[in-house]
Amino acid sequence: MLESKKIAILGDRDGIPGPAIEECLETTGADEVVFTTTECFV
Amino acid sequence: MDLENQQRIKDLADKHGAENLVVILGGAEAEASGLACETVTNGDPTFAGPLAGVPLGLACYHVVEPEIKAEIDDQVYDDQISMMEMVLDVDAIVEEVKTYREKYSEYK
Repeated sequence: MLESKKIAILGDRDGIPGPAIEECLETTGADEVVFTTTECFV
Repeated sequence: MDLENQQRIKDLADKHGAENLVVILGGAEAEASGLACETVTNGDPTFAGPLAGVPLGLACYHVVEPEIKAEIDDQVYDDQISMMEMVLDVDAIVEEVKTYREKYSEYK
């Protein structure tokens, strides 16, 4: 499903941060992580 | 969803094509995660940001959803996500994000 896709990651400081999701997505068939951020909803 | 991030997502969809872009969320709460999913699929519901009235229809999933989890290496998922997964209300998050995706995403 992620095969050859570009990925944009919207992490959350109080949930799962962007870099943690990025490490995971690098093990999938996704083409490239094009954007990673960690939002803060406070 | 942060106004700056709305602009980034809009620019990325323009650059790579909405059909090629997948948004992965890491939100702690179901409501905020659902709102982010609604924003990148149907446009900004608060009509405050660059995605107001812009229904990109992007594919959007939370990282804890089974479709995404299944594609990630088990060991890496365990190291990076499983601790937080234990304290999140995964069922509520999955339900909320899925609701908006099924309603508004064109590329699920």
